Amino acid sequence: MELKSNVPSGPMDQKWTKHKFDMKLVNPANKRKYSVIVVGSGLAGASAAASLAELGHNVKCFCYQDSPRRAHSIAAQGGINAAKNYQNDGDSVERLFYDTVKGGDFRAREANVHRLAEVSVNIIDQCVSQGVPFAREYGGLLANRSFGGAQVSRTFYARGQTGQQLLLGAYQALERQVGLGTVKMFARHEMQELVVVDGQARGIVVRDLETGAIESHASDAVILATGGYGTVFYLATYAKGCNTTAIWRAYKKGAAFANPCYTQIHPTCIPVTGHYQSKLTLMSESLRNDGRIWVPKMKGDQRPPNQIPDDERDYYLERKYPSFGNLAPRDVSSRAAKEVCDEGRGVGKSGLGVYLDFKDAIARLGEDKIRERYSNLFEMYERITDENPYKVPMRIYPAIHYTMGGLWVDYNLMSTVPGLFVAGEANFSDHGANRLGASALMQGLADGYFIIPYTIGNFFGSNKFAKVSTDHAAFKEAEANVAGRIKSLLSIKGTRSADTFHRELGKILWDYCGMARTEQSLTTALEKIPALREEFWHDLRVLGTGEEINQSLEKAGRVADFLELGELLCRDALERRESCGAHFREEFQDAEGEAKRDDENFCHVAAWEYNGEGKTPTRHVEPLEFESVHLQTRSYK
Amino acid sequence: MGGTGSDQTMNLTLNVWRQKNRRAEGEFVTYEAKDINPDMSFLEMLDVVNEHLISRGEEPIAFDHDCREGICGQCGIVINGSPHGPRGATTTCQLHMRSFHNGDVLTLEPWRANAFPVIKDLMVDRGAFDRIVAAGGFITAPTGNAPEANSVPVPKENADLAMDAAACIGCGACVAACPNASAMLFVAAKASHLNLLPQGQPERSRRVLGMVERMDGEGFGGCTNHGECEAACPKEISIKFIARMNRDHHKASLLRIFS
Ligand SMILES: Cc1cc2nc3c(=O)[nH]c(=O)nc-3n(C[C@H](O)[C@H](O)[C@H](O)COP(=O)(O)OP(=O)(O)OC[C@H]3O[C@@H](n4cnc5c(N)ncnc54)[C@H](O)[C@@H]3O)c2cc1C
Ligand code: FES
Repeated sequence: MELKSNVPSGPMDQKWTKHKFDMKLVNPANKRKYSVIVVGSGLAGASAAASLAELGHNVKCFCYQDSPRRAHSIAAQGGINAAKNYQNDGDSVERLFYDTVKGGDFRAREANVHRLAEVSVNIIDQCVSQGVPFAREYGGLLANRSFGGAQVSRTFYARGQTGQQLLLGAYQALERQVGLGTVKMFARHEMQELVVVDGQARGIVVRDLETGAIESHASDAVILATGGYGTVFYLATYAKGCNTTAIWRAYKKGAAFANPCYTQIHPTCIPVTGHYQSKLTLMSESLRNDGRIWVPKMKGDQRPPNQIPDDERDYYLERKYPSFGNLAPRDVSSRAAKEVCDEGRGVGKSGLGVYLDFKDAIARLGEDKIRERYSNLFEMYERITDENPYKVPMRIYPAIHYTMGGLWVDYNLMSTVPGLFVAGEANFSDHGANRLGASALMQGLADGYFIIPYTIGNFFGSNKFAKVSTDHAAFKEAEANVAGRIKSLLSIKGTRSADTFHRELGKILWDYCGMARTEQSLTTALEKIPALREEFWHDLRVLGTGEEINQSLEKAGRVADFLELGELLCRDALERRESCGAHFREEFQDAEGEAKRDDENFCHVAAWEYNGEGKTPTRHVEPLEFESVHLQTRSYK
Repeated sequence: MGGTGSDQTMNLTLNVWRQKNRRAEGEFVTYEAKDINPDMSFLEMLDVVNEHLISRGEEPIAFDHDCREGICGQCGIVINGSPHGPRGATTTCQLHMRSFHNGDVLTLEPWRANAFPVIKDLMVDRGAFDRIVAAGGFITAPTGNAPEANSVPVPKENADLAMDAAACIGCGACVAACPNASAMLFVAAKASHLNLLPQGQPERSRRVLGMVERMDGEGFGGCTNHGECEAACPKEISIKFIARMNRDHHKASLLRIFS
């Protein structure tokens, strides 16, 4: 397997412009002849499907929810970055580029990040035209806020529901095309297999989640925009249905999986309350604009927070990172929270929590201003915890939130399988080892609106396509595999539900491959996961049949894939013997406990090639070169 | 750990609508929910009940959900006659068991409306909502056409009001609550969101005409001002938007007659 990044030559700030000019075009009359399958209707999928249909392509779009509007992008709260420099505070494409490369701890491909920063400004224009009701100032112009890892205000937002509003914009554009008959939408359909014909991605096999029917769909190109795989940890800020199935099956058909160990832990989530917990809820990073994070200075301090005087509080982020303070990047803030809790200074019954306190902001700005900025988040917090954050500080703790890893793609967002493109969180593209807040929404929409429509056109324009129908043997074989797997899951007839296995897998990953990892912990995980997988295939219980709505069967299929991915994740973490961004190996830290990169040996992307059942996958390497932003130790002090 | 901090668990009785598929007849079946922690969410309580059912070899109760944080709009159960249950401004997934008491008997049903056929147990087909949006619930702005974002200022009051309407999560509780199973609140929220913005003006009339026509075609009932929709809406969308849309619709119908 060869990892050819296909980054265009020329100066960094001209690569994309030049590439756009060099790319082949498809004549408007011929566009209709090229069909595209888009799996996923989140920001990346919906924007790609709508834009490709607008261009004239023949599009089919799939999602597992009952409507494309429910993709998990809907849950993004805080905002979306763009280098508009509306605040006149010194922002620019170059600065957004720099912040993202540095925030990613120098483990992203520079050229992709530069392009992302360039198109960020077009995204805001596009969304405003669609009617996205961004926050505005009294003069009618757009408002901004700041986010972690940046010293400028470049984040656009719609109350605490930015993802919802951006997704509704993309969804409405998608539905417009559905109405025009250019997109055929398949809700409640789950992709089960990628179909490769003569080395090229030519379609998918899906299961209709209502009837259980197994169906084939053929096309000239396939785009996977199926989101992140963080639910492998069970407890996460993702929706319950988020899965790795689509990208995992593509991996098994030859698409390299890059940097699976880069999993982001978000510092501000509502702490776990009990063993029945089914998911964790994020409290947006935007809260760190006005909230101050602290724990008591004294170990085991049981006093209620309001009775702990200021000089007995440790505002540890402000203390350790004076120039970024409460807005230090996510990986740094999460580890700092773990550290104070490990010291026994954590709060709440479990001791796994820190305070996020709005007392000073309320005194300074008034409760009304805080309500205007964050009311929906405060209400959500109160609904879940039964505590009023206007009066008592929030309790928060880190949780799994995002996956920087994903299918490897070249500059054109094409995977190692020709014709298979990957967009949004599902690819590994732009965030290196750590993603900055408000940059995932930006990336999803950049991929879907402004990058894939060009690069897929180039792919169509420069290749010949034999006619392939779903009668082809490759489709029949893939259908038989899907049916076989479903039959196996149903016929184990053991004693344990899929959920119990999922919880157990999540606990292994959190304990041994979570916020801090060691050679020892990862080796342990690599023993435990295969054993658990073995048990799964012997003791799983799925009731009902495959010919109906069967939520247990859906879960079981997803957990089966997570049990395989979990192993690859730990293997990747083991082989990356350095600390970088969200990947913290305890063996590699400086005297102050900050992550220590090893640029000599690990300044590269690791992309894994599947070698077959029971065989060890091969680790390939794409070296990273930094010509514009020079390699340096990240410092937020 | 936060919440009520209570370690007291509770026992409840659930009468749950079970229906195999679209065509099957359904019926209520009674289950016991034992040792329920008040800090659990309502759906976590159902998870616990389902795990018990699976261990007894009985098929678990099917219900729709995804984000479990009140934003995707996929969940929705009628609990003792109220869509999304007793607590105001709260989706089923954000409802917590501390809203109930030990010994409570709860009846759980799917949304009931002709336009939302039940597909299994507590799950319904809300595809009609997507088709209404496809009939006009958008601004035509193909990718690449957009002018500079700040070139058209939008008065903050309008932007805020548009956002109030745009907060709709498309869950369908409004339809489930309405004695006529009308979708007016859903349609009015989308039409108002877009019609309040300068970008939405060119298609203002087409939009309401298209969406309302589709809504009628899908078999939703008419609005007779009961106001149950507003009370059930987990996002507190105001029925004032219905009046606003009616004005737009009236105007658009007249324009159509005269042009
Ligand atoms: C709570 C929360 C808050 C966030 N806040 C922010 C923020 O403020 N700013 C920011 O920039 N980022 C934020 N993020 C991250 C960001 O929201 C996501 O990274 C981004 O929205 C992912 O978009 P996507 O289009 O790649 O995937 P998704 O939106 O997850 O969409 C995935 C799609 O794929 C479909 N799918 C998945 N698997 C299958 C399958 N097997 N078959 C068929 N269909 C399938 C799903 O149905 C869905 O339509 C947040 C994330 C979370 C969880
Ligand atoms: S599950 Fe998403 S709103 Fe309830």
